[in-house]
Amino acid sequence: MHLHRYEKIWLTVGILTLAAFVIVAGINAFAMGAMPPSDRQMIDPTKVDQTPPFNQPGLKKIGPNEYDATMTAFVFGFAPATIEVPVGSTVHFRVTSKDVVHGFQIVGTNVNMMVVPGLVNTASHTFTKPGNYLILCNEYCGAGHQLMAAHVVVK
Amino acid sequence: MAQAQMADVQDVRVDRPAARLSLAHVLVAFLAFGIAAIAGLLQGLVRGGVITLPKWLNYYEVLTAHGVYMGLVFTTFFIIGFLFSGVARTTGGSLPPAGLRLGWTGWWMMVVGLVMATVTVLTNNASVLYTFYAPMKASPYFYIGTGLLVVGSWVGGFGIFASYRAWKRKNPGKLSPLFTFMAVCTMVLWQIATIGVALEVVLQLIPWSFGWVPTINVLLSRMLLWYFGHPLVYFWLLPVYAMWYVNIPRIIGGKIFSDSLARLSFLLFIFLSTPVGFHHQLMDPGISPEWKFFHVLLTMAVVVPSLMTAFSMFAVFESAGRAKGATGLFGWFKKLPWNDVRFFAPVAGMIAFIPGGTGGIINASYQMNEVVHNTIWVTGHFHLTVGTAVAMTFFGIAYWLVPHLTGRQLTPAVNRLGLVQAVIWATGMLLMSGSMHILGLLGSPRRTAYTTYMNDPTALSWMPLQGVMALGGSLLFISAMLMVGIVLYLAFFAPKGFEEYPIGELDDTAETTPRFMERWSVILSLAVFLIVIAYAYPVIDVIQNAPPGSPPLRTW
Ligand code: HEM
Ligand SMILES: [Cu+2]
Ligand SMILES: [Cu+2]
Repeated sequence: MHLHRYEKIWLTVGILTLAAFVIVAGINAFAMGAMPPSDRQMIDPTKVDQTPPFNQPGLKKIGPNEYDATMTAFVFGFAPATIEVPVGSTVHFRVTSKDVVHGFQIVGTNVNMMVVPGLVNTASHTFTKPGNYLILCNEYCGAGHQLMAAHVVVK
Repeated sequence: MAQAQMADVQDVRVDRPAARLSLAHVLVAFLAFGIAAIAGLLQGLVRGGVITLPKWLNYYEVLTAHGVYMGLVFTTFFIIGFLFSGVARTTGGSLPPAGLRLGWTGWWMMVVGLVMATVTVLTNNASVLYTFYAPMKASPYFYIGTGLLVVGSWVGGFGIFASYRAWKRKNPGKLSPLFTFMAVCTMVLWQIATIGVALEVVLQLIPWSFGWVPTINVLLSRMLLWYFGHPLVYFWLLPVYAMWYVNIPRIIGGKIFSDSLARLSFLLFIFLSTPVGFHHQLMDPGISPEWKFFHVLLTMAVVVPSLMTAFSMFAVFESAGRAKGATGLFGWFKKLPWNDVRFFAPVAGMIAFIPGGTGGIINASYQMNEVVHNTIWVTGHFHLTVGTAVAMTFFGIAYWLVPHLTGRQLTPAVNRLGLVQAVIWATGMLLMSGSMHILGLLGSPRRTAYTTYMNDPTALSWMPLQGVMALGGSLLFISAMLMVGIVLYLAFFAPKGFEEYPIGELDDTAETTPRFMERWSVILSLAVFLIVIAYAYPVIDVIQNAPPGSPPLRTW
């Protein structure tokens, strides 16, 4: 099969660009640790309220400027509904669902993950600016989906 | 058969039986399109804060109807109808009896499935959106209805395969007509793709929704759905590419650029469009980052045949323009028939596909997906791709296909009205999709009714752009109603006559196409091989190491 000379150039440039994309994404993920949220820990979705640590959702200080936020997602809210941390804190969010699939997105950050019943998902973020950050559910979960929100207050 | 090869190929007509089959599909498609457009308008107005829905109408019921009707019904019916017509047109004008029989059986199955799905959606018993993520549970009849829709489309596909086989028997050793080959590729891809959703519906959703099994493996259901969800978009795209490769050259008075490269790009889609589904699950728990990355890699590979298509299109445009005497670097641009809606609408779609495709690459870029995942950016993205590139090409096809099938003509007045319709659609989409992209980057979620999150200042700051989105949606609605009106006019009221079914011819200098391109056993084996590599391990893993399952829930 014959390729026109210009087509060869076009495809070469295109393929090299795509390869560059993948390489950058790969280095970013596997060498620099910017992985998409992919936790594999399991939980019985019908027994979240009895399973530690999700039986007591809340914020726990684990080091200087470092926190674990254990949260549950359910129709139509998150627990806890507000968390407060000082500026400069790194927060490790650990979330699971008590019912259907939900989303967990903190507006203005790169925290964005699916919360699938039966599994725990995790993401971390360092809050360098003060503010009242909106956490919202970005996966349709039922009639009150548009009300499902929480806040991170960074002071 | 022989006369099809002669000089008057453009006079070949799709005969009555084939035309009726094709038209039956196309009319259902535009009926669904019209209903879905009403739903789309409501969504835009609700999200923009312009109207509030009455108590008895749930936003998510409307959105389910829009997603199912636009994404599954309009597309599938139109595609099968168009492919049948093109197969008939390029194989001498008629379909063999087996093709017609299977075609009608498939049509009836799809219509019955459609009615079942519609009833469950309209009674608010299936407000689960068109992706029906478990453990939200719709009425079992919703799943059975969508299942029938899929199986009916298989039967339609068998009709296309039967027609291809019949032609091959009559023309031993000959290369199949390009359009027919593309139709077969499209339906092969569809067969492979829909296996995932069929397994999900039959093995998981139906038994679980009837209560025969207590719980469902949610992650497995998501994997099976997205095994189907990405090739689904290529099922929408391939008939569009077929139109661009085969019909457009004739409309602009040019020649097909290269038969073999066109076929090669279709084969690449068969190989590469399925083993990539995890790029829709990049933010999911339970799938290891390495497997996600592997799917991202293959996703980038499937861009290559689209790059090939883009090159061919511009090559055809330029050579057609130059053959008409254009000079200079861009002189050919002016020689293109911009005032012919059969050309203008698809090309407007083509242009939208440039930002649309770029957005797709961004979405699939692994961790970059965190920025846009499930925001309304994604909705903006696929309204450019399927909602503009695909939809506007379908409009462009309908302008000649419908009158051709009914023995009527596209009059100059309707052509002008068509140009207006296309311009309104493009403008509406620019506004709606543009504001959706920006809103998504600001964080506004998709699939969400009007909300300010209890007067959260960030959410309030999105409102002006939501208004622009509503305005764009209103323009789209106007254009959609015009389109439905025009289709009805062309089908039943336009003046009688002959409307050409444009099929491009090959350049005399084109080289012959290598034979391996129709060795289906080799092609299918390679496709299956790639799918096994990409999916076997993760699927077995998610079955063997499954978390406790989820009971059904109705949350609306
Ligand atoms: C009259 C023209 C149209 C308008 C006004 C419109 C409007 C909208 C809006 C506002 C949404 C987002 C709702 C939300 O996420 O809350 C949406 C979603 C969607 N649209 Fe359209 N749209 C139109 C045409 C189309 C076309 C032509 C297609 C495809 C062929 C399409 C396919 C979809 C799909 C698949 C969804 C996603 C549904 C979901 O998230 O479950 N739309 N549309
Ligand atoms: Cu939600
Ligand atoms: Cu995809």
